[in-house]
Amino acid sequence: MGIMDQFFQQLINGISLGSIYALIALGYTMVYGIMKLINFAHGDIYMVGGYVGFFCITIMHLPVLPALVISMVLTGLLGILIERIAYRPLRSAPRLSVLITAIGVSFFLEYTMMYFVTPQPRTFPHILSDVAYHIGPFVVNNQQIMIFAITIILMALLTYIVQFTKTGKAMRAVSFDTEAAQLMGINANRIISFTFGIGSALAAAAGVLVGIYYNSIDPLMGIMPGLKAFVAAVLGGIGILPGAAAGGIILGIVEALVSGFISSTFRDAAAFAILILVLLFKPTGLLGKNTNEKV
Amino acid sequence: MSILLEAKEVSKMFGGLKAVSNFDMTINKGELIGLIGPNGAGKTTAFNLFTGVYQPTTGVINFAGKSLKGMKPSQITQRGIARTFQNIRLFSELSVLDNVKIAYHTHLKYNLAEAVLRVGRYMKEEKRIEEAGRELLKIFKLEDKADEIAKNLPYGAQRRLEIARALATRPQLLLLDEPAAGMNPQETNELMDMIRWIRKEFALSILLIEHDMSLVMGICERIYVLEYGSIIAHGLPEEIKKNPEVIRAYLGGEA
Repeated sequence: MGIMDQFFQQLINGISLGSIYALIALGYTMVYGIMKLINFAHGDIYMVGGYVGFFCITIMHLPVLPALVISMVLTGLLGILIERIAYRPLRSAPRLSVLITAIGVSFFLEYTMMYFVTPQPRTFPHILSDVAYHIGPFVVNNQQIMIFAITIILMALLTYIVQFTKTGKAMRAVSFDTEAAQLMGINANRIISFTFGIGSALAAAAGVLVGIYYNSIDPLMGIMPGLKAFVAAVLGGIGILPGAAAGGIILGIVEALVSGFISSTFRDAAAFAILILVLLFKPTGLLGKNTNEKV
Repeated sequence: MSILLEAKEVSKMFGGLKAVSNFDMTINKGELIGLIGPNGAGKTTAFNLFTGVYQPTTGVINFAGKSLKGMKPSQITQRGIARTFQNIRLFSELSVLDNVKIAYHTHLKYNLAEAVLRVGRYMKEEKRIEEAGRELLKIFKLEDKADEIAKNLPYGAQRRLEIARALATRPQLLLLDEPAAGMNPQETNELMDMIRWIRKEFALSILLIEHDMSLVMGICERIYVLEYGSIIAHGLPEEIKKNPEVIRAYLGGEA
């Protein structure tokens, strides 16, 4: 295999991985956009989503798509519940308190899951037979295509909701100016709940897809992808939806290329090196506008 | 004349500071009322109390016969009180039309499933508010700027858009917080005509805070004067002009 062939092959792998990061990063960025909270429990919501999908497939013997939808719905509700119980009482508290609470929620989810499902990794059943498509010199398998297709569909749906529905417009209004939005008759609490629900549902989709792709899930699986997705959101410009999508894909590609050409032990280092570079040279992210803090 | 809004002995404390105390006000249906007073007198606090941003420490506020106690700002807006802000607070990154459409949205009845599938009430209702929104923008001479981003509008146009957005919530009572701030005399005159016109056209009551005395005296039927959180005078514009308490509050010195 020539070096160009390998490059393109890694590109394909990177896009699959990046789609997963993008789905998680969207939730991060939506929640940040609307309440300026870095929800550090978001990676663990992705983990819960993976488990819900796992149980749908193994216990209820559902096919992939129904399992995906059920996982998205239940995990979305979990997101709403977490916001209601853990974050809403702190609406007017300093941001640091909410951030620390988010870390607490993260541990809570990790270790509660560990209690119920044991810390042992579970093997995701092999529900999709491997089909590899050869396009010229490259190999794409059906799982990669599924991940990419589902990601595109979910992103299109999200864009549509945010741009063209009253709920989406209300979300944007609340993120610009919560108080003014309330005075336009928008129930900000409902919109924030909705945002958490959607963000968590997207993370759940990512969790199920990862389970299918990598065949393995465990209660701490959310930590690294959660952090990576945070890097992706910052890379694209936190609070900006297309930025999170782009950031996720770019991060996935960089990781795949680093794994393929240098060493897979450096892929995490590469992701965090990106974070450091972004924070040094363009703290507002690729799609972010430079805003001068008013004093 | 029937009473639309009634505030009885309303006080608001911030810690030990009395921002508003024993505030009484009555607004009848269709009235145009001015609220004036020196800076820091508590005028904007009164607006925040009427719109549910703050809850009164003591006292009651009734609107259209019902108490507003414990209601959220969004619920009060749905009941029929809308406002503009002293420092313009548009959704600055959204288009002019979207700013107005967001305010219409509380009256829309379709659910997310209908929106995603583009069926049922979604298409019809969206089309209806699109038309209503453009109609409203026409009144405020903003129709050719409908697709521009709100923050790119000139200052005067942003002020007009704020009023248009407030009207889109279909209020019975419109609260205007210094609508003429930063306007030149000609713009202020146009604004006065517009305020009179919308009151008639939309059958509204209007309460406005203003420092521009020519505007207040020119269009308000009754005027309340606040100083240090208390009403020191209220009455017809001519009475207010001659009231020694008011003159003292504004010009200082012993009265």
